[in-house]
Amino acid sequence: MNGTSTTDSLPLLEIKDLRTYFFLEKGTVRAVDGVNLSLQRKTTLGLVGESGCGKSITAMSIMRLIQEPPGKIVSGEILLRSRTFGQVLDLAKLDRHSQTMRAIRGGEIAMVFQEPMTSLNPLYTIGDQIAEAVQLHQKVSKKEALERALEMLVKVQIAMPKQRLREYPHQLSGGMRQRVMIAMALSCNPSILIADEPTTALDVTVQAQILDLMRQLQEDIDSSIIMITHNLGVVSQMAHFVAVMYLGKVVEYGTTNDIFHRSLHPYTVGLLNSVPVLGRKGKKVLVPIEGIVPSPMNIPPGCPFASRCPKVMPKCREVNPELQEKESGHWVSCWLYE
Amino acid sequence: MISYILRRLLLSIPLLLGISIVSFAIIQLPPGDFATTYQNFLINQANMSPVDAEKAANEYRKIYGLDRPVYEQYLNWIKGIVTEGKFGYSFAYKQDVGQLIAERLPRTLFLALSAHLISTIFGIVIGIYSATHKYSIGDYAATVFAFIGTAAPRFFLAIIAVYFLVIELKSPYVNRFVSPEYSFAPLSWAKFVDILKYSWPVIVIAGFGGIARNMRVMRGNLLDVLNMQYVTTARSKGLREDVVINKHAVPNALHPIIMYQGTVLPYMLQGELEAAIVLNMPSLAPMFYSSLVNQDIYVSGGFLLIYSVLLVLGNLIADVVLALVDPRIRLS
Repeated sequence: MNGTSTTDSLPLLEIKDLRTYFFLEKGTVRAVDGVNLSLQRKTTLGLVGESGCGKSITAMSIMRLIQEPPGKIVSGEILLRSRTFGQVLDLAKLDRHSQTMRAIRGGEIAMVFQEPMTSLNPLYTIGDQIAEAVQLHQKVSKKEALERALEMLVKVQIAMPKQRLREYPHQLSGGMRQRVMIAMALSCNPSILIADEPTTALDVTVQAQILDLMRQLQEDIDSSIIMITHNLGVVSQMAHFVAVMYLGKVVEYGTTNDIFHRSLHPYTVGLLNSVPVLGRKGKKVLVPIEGIVPSPMNIPPGCPFASRCPKVMPKCREVNPELQEKESGHWVSCWLYE
Repeated sequence: MISYILRRLLLSIPLLLGISIVSFAIIQLPPGDFATTYQNFLINQANMSPVDAEKAANEYRKIYGLDRPVYEQYLNWIKGIVTEGKFGYSFAYKQDVGQLIAERLPRTLFLALSAHLISTIFGIVIGIYSATHKYSIGDYAATVFAFIGTAAPRFFLAIIAVYFLVIELKSPYVNRFVSPEYSFAPLSWAKFVDILKYSWPVIVIAGFGGIARNMRVMRGNLLDVLNMQYVTTARSKGLREDVVINKHAVPNALHPIIMYQGTVLPYMLQGELEAAIVLNMPSLAPMFYSSLVNQDIYVSGGFLLIYSVLLVLGNLIADVVLALVDPRIRLS
């Protein structure tokens, strides 16, 4: 997917045909089954799809946080233009415990998780937990690391940052904990921030605050963001590019404008129709997608969406369509557009 | 924190009183008393006629107040403890019970605490290994070991130990706590080593079940904690896996082990008791056993009281340690 972006530089991160499987006693779960993605510098990529479509596993694969066994990156490439090492590294080929991978994890790619209530260790102070990350990737003293932690807490606009530094996670609210997580993730100036449903567990008002904060910080810190969410509203506000995932595959990729206003794949269309929009005209306000997602343990041949697709053709049940560039920068994997 | 400890200590006084009443009542339950034992002794060993023996026994009861109602005996006993610090008189040893216990309690505590120490250290270390190497050969071996450890009765292990030590190995280090030449020597490294030579079977047997239990508890908890989000967070920072486990996972998995410390001290005493009786180690254990057989009530009562004090103290220490480890408890 080279040259798909509107910016002229090479992508910061490129994923080619990534497959991450889980080998369980019941069978093999093909959680990520041929994902292609690219992330440009200083842009936000929205990764959307239903629960279980492989969004989080894609993110965990990039971070090399998949537990092996039972999980394994079976094939594919995760190419990172590494700042620290000054070359392109294939993260999929690295040992996940290696020093190189650990330098990248947290240093160049940082992650914020869905569950702020349980993301912080209950036994250590906020300051200690942020400082730990700082000291891991920068040669600074504990004192300097704590100063950096304080600086980050100020940046994420936490009230009384000095006091928070000495407090424990249980003394903070969910929104504050998520701010702390963001502060921790950004404390080492990562070039990529992966946010896995960062606002799902929060109140709506807090959600908006956190999203605002992330937008501001992105401008400050110059990092790219991969925003994983099932909330299309969040994506439309935050992302420059969107990848729609279904059953372990990317079925459509393009600019946010392309995806929302010129969507091609029937799944994307269905997804957009099933979202309530204030003031939308028309008879049917909400159209659900019929059927259920097939089990990732037993993916039928052909297009994974065939069993639920309103425009299904005989060919769809036999051969899976490749992801192809239909318009400039707008990719889709569907037989309708062959 | 200090006011909390003081409050807990004050609360334990009525608790201990209650325990003493119940245990005294239970000691009195079997028919007869020490005078009966004395009477049998006179008939069988001293060839006294049954009538004379009974007379002597009644005399004995009068002297030591065994003919008084039970509640009166109890009140006198407690009065002695509170006002004079005297735990009563041992009929069998013809000595003050307090003195008897003071002589042997350090030995028992040494044995029980050593067993406790090895069961905690080995239990936690093997548990961590087992959890981080789930379903490996080592994990299965540890599981089998744990089942044996929990299931094997300690008196039985002690009998096996006696067999090997005495009959197979002909070890001279049995039946005593310390060699005669060190009996009155001040504590030194050499004396300590000598004590260990005698006491290691008791320590190992008493600690064995504890290792097994701690290991299983540690394994289960650590497996739970390893699935927690904050462990993934720690990994996502780029920490080494051993730091993730030892700094972020293990301290969170220690809670139940620490809480269990409260009840483990009496458990270890009980293990020490079983092993020491079979191996004839002169600690508190055989004395308690014979006092029950002889109905030497004040020895039994004193022992049970000590036992309860350790239980209460153990629980208090566990709560304090838990507060030190966990800010959620400390700060609320």
